[in-house]
Amino acid sequence: MKHIKTINKADLKASAEKGGCGKCQASCQSACKTSCTVANQKCEREA
Amino acid sequence: MIHKFKLSGYNILLDVNSNGVHIIDDLTYDLLDYVEPPFEAECPAEIVDKLKDSYPEEDIRDVYSEIVELYNDKILFSEDDYEKFAETAIASPIKSMCLHVSHDCNLRCDYCFAATGDFGTGRKLMTFETGKKAIDFLLRESAGRKNLELDFFGGEPLMNFDVVKQIVEYAREEEKKVGKTIRFTITTNGMLLTEDKMDFINNEMSNVVLSIDGRKEVNDRMRKRVDGRGSYDRIIENFKKFVPMRGDKDYYVRGTYTKYNLDFSEDVIHLYEQGFEQISVEPVMAPPEMPYAITEEDLPKIFEEYERLSKRIREILDSGKFINFFHFMLDLEAGPCAIKRLKGCGCGNEYVAISPEGDIYPCHQFVGMEEYKMGNLDDGTFNKDMKKEFAGAHVYSKPECRKCWAKFFCSGGCNANNYIYCGDIHKSHKLSCEIQRKRLECAIMMQAVKLLDKAE
Repeated sequence: MKHIKTINKADLKASAEKGGCGKCQASCQSACKTSCTVANQKCEREA
Repeated sequence: MIHKFKLSGYNILLDVNSNGVHIIDDLTYDLLDYVEPPFEAECPAEIVDKLKDSYPEEDIRDVYSEIVELYNDKILFSEDDYEKFAETAIASPIKSMCLHVSHDCNLRCDYCFAATGDFGTGRKLMTFETGKKAIDFLLRESAGRKNLELDFFGGEPLMNFDVVKQIVEYAREEEKKVGKTIRFTITTNGMLLTEDKMDFINNEMSNVVLSIDGRKEVNDRMRKRVDGRGSYDRIIENFKKFVPMRGDKDYYVRGTYTKYNLDFSEDVIHLYEQGFEQISVEPVMAPPEMPYAITEEDLPKIFEEYERLSKRIREILDSGKFINFFHFMLDLEAGPCAIKRLKGCGCGNEYVAISPEGDIYPCHQFVGMEEYKMGNLDDGTFNKDMKKEFAGAHVYSKPECRKCWAKFFCSGGCNANNYIYCGDIHKSHKLSCEIQRKRLECAIMMQAVKLLDKAE
């Protein structure tokens, strides 16, 4: 495309179908303890 | 829903529901003000009319076609169909615990949300007996979860380090019996870090959070000893010794910025220059009447400062060196699943805090609030209705989140801040949201540029 460069094709919808296993870290624990960001966390689902 | 913004010379377009990110030219940026589904086969004449004084008509039609193509590929203006998942994943086991082993502290930081360590309930240390009960509670209430987390917190947890060691030893025995693993972490101000404590922490703790605010004058203005002297000289020395000893294990040096250091990128860089690569520096959360509190009038300066920080971090990375700023971490190609993104921190549902008395609270920030006491380890009470209330606090039950472009990144924000500053865990704390959105824009821009460079 000439005008739009798509950077990623991450599809959250596909992740919803297979997601929710709960193996990942609780987000607030990791480094902050006063503000919540979730999208910086790793998925820990075993393949 | 889409979100577009201009930053560092780039026009960035986010498709909120698919998490697709695009870099767009000025024409696309402007044209997006006039279009939304359903689309027509050709660009409508009235849209061409609106833009034809600034751009060639042929280009306007081309951009319209590109937008329609991405819409058909479901990576632009994609539908939000996650709400059904928010309601189905209610009853999560508890997998994470904040253990307040010490409601006492050897510092008197002005901005401490724990009221200089005791959470307003009197200085007290947790006993080993209570710690054991907390481990038993975590192993039991985690049901089928195998990976658990426990953070030793305070006050200052090193003031009760013998009990920390006993609890770790007990947990290591008990976790084996049920085939689980507890990842321990500790949050410390570093004043009492000695070599033997460092060795124990390095052997047992997967992450450590080391509190320091940055430059000496900034740190010492807020992080004071009991006698009023600053803490910087002692802690910087301890942290510089400790961090290399950790080898590959995680750590964060973690600071708080206030109205007094709105130029906090200087503090991040100061910490980097002291040899630390894993850095988190965050806004203070305080009632607006406190002199150090961040207020709405500070936002323009804070936004500028995050932009400045993102530029400085890119320069460091471009020079082949490494730095990681916690709030700019983002994985645009993978990251957590959509379900995880609906609920945020998990407080009161997957995550609880335990006070030295064995009282259970939804998280460390709720500790000491009687109305949010969930139960007690000694009498075996645990309020499952309150757990359900927190499980139901997701981006679709928070009115401001529903309409926010950042909802799948921050996942509903901090329930404690919502309650403390807005009176309801579902009412978003506007100031936190504004800062969060700016950090995310910087983070998305940085990642997008990185991926663009890789692709080229």
